[in-house]
Amino acid sequence: MAAGALGRVLDSDLFWSFRRSPVAVVSAVVALVCVLGAVLAPLLAPHNPFDLASLNLGDAFKPPAWTPEGDALYPLGTDDQGRDVLSAIMYGARISLLVGISSVVFSTVVGVGIGLLAGYVGGSLDSLLMRIADIQLTFPSILIALLVDGVVRAVLPREVHDQIALFVVIFAIGISAWPQFARTVRGSTLVERNKEYVLAARVIGISQGRIMLTHVLPNVVGPVLVIATLGLGGAILTEATLSFLGVGVPPTQPSLGTLIRIGNDFLFSGEWWITIFPGVALIAMVLSVNLLGDWLRDALNPRLR
Amino acid sequence: MAAILEVRDLRVEFPTRRGTLTALDGVSFDIAPGEVLGVVGESGAGKSMTGAAIIGLLEPPGRIAGGEILLNGKRIDRLPYEQMRRIRGKEIGAIFQDPLTTLNPLYTVGRQLVETMQTHLPLSDRDARQRAIGWLEMVGIPAAAQRVDSYPHEFSGGMRQRVVIALALCAEPALIVADEPTTALDVSIQAQIIALLKRLAREKGTAMMLVTHDMGVIAETADRVAVMYAGRIAEIGPVRSVVKSPKHPYSVGLMSSIPPLDRRVAQLSGIEGAMPRLSAIPQGCAFNPRCPHVFARCRQDRPELIETGTTRAACWLYDPASEKRAPEAVQHG
Amino acid sequence: MAETPVLVAEDLAKSFDVSRPLLQRLLAGEGRRTLKAVDGVSFDIPKGTTLSLVGESGCGKSTVARLVVGLYRPTQGRVLFEGIELEKARANPETRRRMQMIFQDPYASLNPRWRVQEIVAEPIRAFGLAQGAAALRDRVGQLLTQVGLSPLDGEKFPHEFSGGQRQRISIARALSSNPDFLVCDEPTSALDVSVQAQILNLMKDLQARLGLTYLFISHNLAVVRQVSDRIGVMYLGRLVELAPAETLFTAPRHPYTRALMEAIPDLEMTGRQRIPVGGEVPSPINPPTGCPFHPRCPLADARCKAEMPKLLPPPGQPGTIAACHAVEEGRDPAPAPAGTDQRIGTTATAL
Repeated sequence: MAAGALGRVLDSDLFWSFRRSPVAVVSAVVALVCVLGAVLAPLLAPHNPFDLASLNLGDAFKPPAWTPEGDALYPLGTDDQGRDVLSAIMYGARISLLVGISSVVFSTVVGVGIGLLAGYVGGSLDSLLMRIADIQLTFPSILIALLVDGVVRAVLPREVHDQIALFVVIFAIGISAWPQFARTVRGSTLVERNKEYVLAARVIGISQGRIMLTHVLPNVVGPVLVIATLGLGGAILTEATLSFLGVGVPPTQPSLGTLIRIGNDFLFSGEWWITIFPGVALIAMVLSVNLLGDWLRDALNPRLR
Repeated sequence: MAAILEVRDLRVEFPTRRGTLTALDGVSFDIAPGEVLGVVGESGAGKSMTGAAIIGLLEPPGRIAGGEILLNGKRIDRLPYEQMRRIRGKEIGAIFQDPLTTLNPLYTVGRQLVETMQTHLPLSDRDARQRAIGWLEMVGIPAAAQRVDSYPHEFSGGMRQRVVIALALCAEPALIVADEPTTALDVSIQAQIIALLKRLAREKGTAMMLVTHDMGVIAETADRVAVMYAGRIAEIGPVRSVVKSPKHPYSVGLMSSIPPLDRRVAQLSGIEGAMPRLSAIPQGCAFNPRCPHVFARCRQDRPELIETGTTRAACWLYDPASEKRAPEAVQHG
Repeated sequence: MAETPVLVAEDLAKSFDVSRPLLQRLLAGEGRRTLKAVDGVSFDIPKGTTLSLVGESGCGKSTVARLVVGLYRPTQGRVLFEGIELEKARANPETRRRMQMIFQDPYASLNPRWRVQEIVAEPIRAFGLAQGAAALRDRVGQLLTQVGLSPLDGEKFPHEFSGGQRQRISIARALSSNPDFLVCDEPTSALDVSVQAQILNLMKDLQARLGLTYLFISHNLAVVRQVSDRIGVMYLGRLVELAPAETLFTAPRHPYTRALMEAIPDLEMTGRQRIPVGGEVPSPINPPTGCPFHPRCPLADARCKAEMPKLLPPPGQPGTIAACHAVEEGRDPAPAPAGTDQRIGTTATAL
C-alpha cells in the first residue's frame, strides 16, 4: 500500500512539474538541509551550546576555521561566550522552525475553521467574522504579535511567562496570520457550497457539520497548502524579528533571531561571523521555503502564471 | 468561386508529460464566399479547436504541428502573434459562446464598435459613430441611437450576443468563425440570432464557420456540414445529405440520437460507449469500438475521406477495395 | 384517482432577496428588491408517472425542483409528500430516504475527492440500509451494475469517467436509498446527444422496473416529450399551461407554448422558417403587470395588461389548463400543433 502511494506521488503531475523546475529542486534541497540540520542538531552538531559545562571563555571570539586565527574545532567560529556558532545556528534553527511550523499550523486550523464556517453558514455570521478579519488585516502582523506578547507579559507573572514563552510566541504569530487563511477558505467555500454534490448530500439529509467536514473541507484545502508554505517563511521571519527585538523566545532557548541580535552587538567590533552566519541561515531557510511556496502555487494553479 | 478559407491537412498537437496528444489530425475543408460551413460533433471532438486554430487562438501548449490554413490564398498559420491579431478583426471575425468574453466591460458598445472599425477602416469619428449605430440597428437592437452609449452589462444576454455579432462584422471581415454562438441563449432568442447571422452572411458574402453541437441550428443555417469525431472529420457534405441521409455510421448514430419532437418512442437510439480520450484513440478508425458495422480492416487502417455519392465519409464501408461489405448495411433511423 | 398523489405542490411561491448590501442601498436611496422566482405554482404527481416542467432559463423550474426536495423553504404555499407536509416528511429518515434528486452537471454533482464507492454508499450509510462492509460493497456493486457500470468502477474517482458515466453514477447514488420519487433537474442537458439517449433510456427503464415517480425539469421539448406523462410550461415563475404530454404537442393552447414550439429548429429540412418570438424574457425582479407574457404576446389586449389570467381548462379541452385570457375568451387561433402541416406524416429518414 505504501509502495503504491509512493508510486502515485512519483507519477503525479505535481512531482513531474517539480522535477522540471530547477528552482523548486534547489529550494527543496536547501530547505531539506536546513530542516535536517535543525531536527538532527543533537546528533549532528559538533558542540552543545546549551551545555554550560563545556563552554570555555578562553575560546570566545574565535573567527571561522578558514581564517588564520581560526580553530578547526569551531568551523564558523565562536561567540562572546565561546559557543560554537555552527552549533548555535543548528539549535537556533530548531527553535525557529518549531515556532514557525507550530504557528502556521495554529493559524491554519483557526483560519480554515473560521473561513469554512463563515463561507458555509453565511449571513450575519459571515459578515461578522469577515469584518473582524478585515480589521485585523489593517494592522501589520508584527504589531499584532507584539501586542499579544505585551499583553501576556503584563498579565502573567514573570516565572510563568518564561515557562510558557514559547507557546506565547507561537500563539502571537499564529493569531496574526489567520485572516489570510480564513479569507481564502471562505472564498472557495462559497463556490463549493452551491455545487451540486453538496446539494445532493443535503437532499439525503446529511448534517451541515458533516457536509462541511467531509464534502467541503477536502475541496478547499488546496490553496491552503500554498498559503501555509508561504506563511511558514513569514512566520519564521516574524519570530526572528520578535527575537531580534528581544520579546520573542527566552534567551535560554536562542532562536536564529536571538543569535542575530546577540551577534549584532559585535558586528562593528570586527566579530562579524557571530551575526552574519545566523543571518545567512535564516535567509536560506526563508527563501527556500518561499520559493517552494511560489512553485507550489504555480503548479497547483497554472492559470495564475 | 475561389474559397475564402482553405484548411489543408491541419494537425494540432498538445505536448504533455505523457507524450504528445494529437487533438486534430488531417482536417481539410474549405469555405466559399457567402457559404456557411457547419462543424458538428460531441464535446472533445475537436470542433472548437479547429476554430481556435484558424483564428490563431489555440490555448497553450497546443500548437499547429502540420498542414496549412489559407485565407484568401495567403498562409495564416505561421504568422507572428501581432500580425495575426491584426487579421483577427479585420479579416476574420470571431463570435464565442459567452458574449462577455468578447466585450470589454469598461467601454460603451459604441466605443468598442468605433475602435474596431477605425483600426481597420479609414473612417472619421463621426462616420464611425454613424456606422456603429447602423450596425446596432442591423443586428436588431431597438433604439440603437441611444443604446450605442450603453455599457455591455446594460444589455440582456441575447442583446449582448447581437452586439458581439455587430462587433465581429463591423470591420467587414471575409470570414466569421462562430463557436457555439447560440448555446448560451434561450430557444426563443436562438432563432432570432440564427436568422440574423444567416442573413448577414448572405448579404455581405461572408464565409462563415459555424461550430455547434446543435444539429437543429446546423440544419437551419449551414450549407455544408463537417461531422467531427476524435479530432478528425468523419463526414463532410451538403447539409441536406448529412442530415437526412448520413453515410458515416457515426453521423447516422448522431442523427438518430436526437429525440424526435413529433412522437414518443419507446426506446431512444443512441450510440453505445463514449468518444475515446485523446490519449487513447484506438488504432484504425477511431470510431471502431462503438461502430455497429465494424470489420477487420477498421481495426487496422485509418480510413481517409471517401466519396459516397453526395458526401465524403471516412469509412471503409465505402471503399470498393474493402472486402464486400454492402454499404446498404447502414440503417437509417 | 383515489390514491394519494406522491407529490402535491399547492400555490408554491419562492422569493429571493436580491437587494444590494445595506450601505450601497442607503447611498443609492433604493429599497429592498425581491426576485419572485416562483409564484403560485400548483400541481400533483400521481404514483409511477412523470411530470415535466419546461421553460427557458430563469422561468423558475429549477427553483420548483429545489422547493420540492426541501433545499429551499417556500415563501408561500406548501408541498405534500404522500399527503404529509414536506418538512414533517423530511424530518423522518424513513420518508426522507424515499425522495432523491439527480442534478444537471455531472462534473459538479460528484465530490471529486471521493471514490465512486464512497459516493454511492453515502445514502446507504446515512439511512443505515446495509449491515456491515461486505453488504455495503455488494449493494454498491449491484447499483453500479444496475446503471450499466461495473462493480470494479467503485474503486475509481469521478474524474476517470466521461460525462455520461458520471451521470450514471449520480443515478446510482440516487437509487441507493431505494427511493420512490426522483427529482431530475436537467439530467441530460450537459451531455452529448448520443449519450443523452442512453441516460434517458436508463431512466425510463428504471421507472418501469422500480415504479418510480419523476419530477423532470428540462428546457428541451423533444426530451420532455420522450419521458413525460404530463407537462407543465413555466414562464417567469408561473405555470402557464399544464397538459397531458401528447395533448401539449398536438394541441398547445397558451401562446407562449406555441411560440416555444415554433422556435425549435427544424431538423426535417422542410425549409420551414422558425418564427422567432419577439422580444426577450422580462426581468423577474420587475415583472410586467397582468399576464407576464403580454409584452411578447401577439394576442395581448387591454385585459391581458391589467389582469393576471387564471389556469382554466380551455373550452372543449378538459385535460389541459392554460392561463390565458385569449384562450378563455376563445380569441386564440384553433388549436393545432405547431408546424403540424410539415411535421405530421413525415417518415423521417434520419430521425
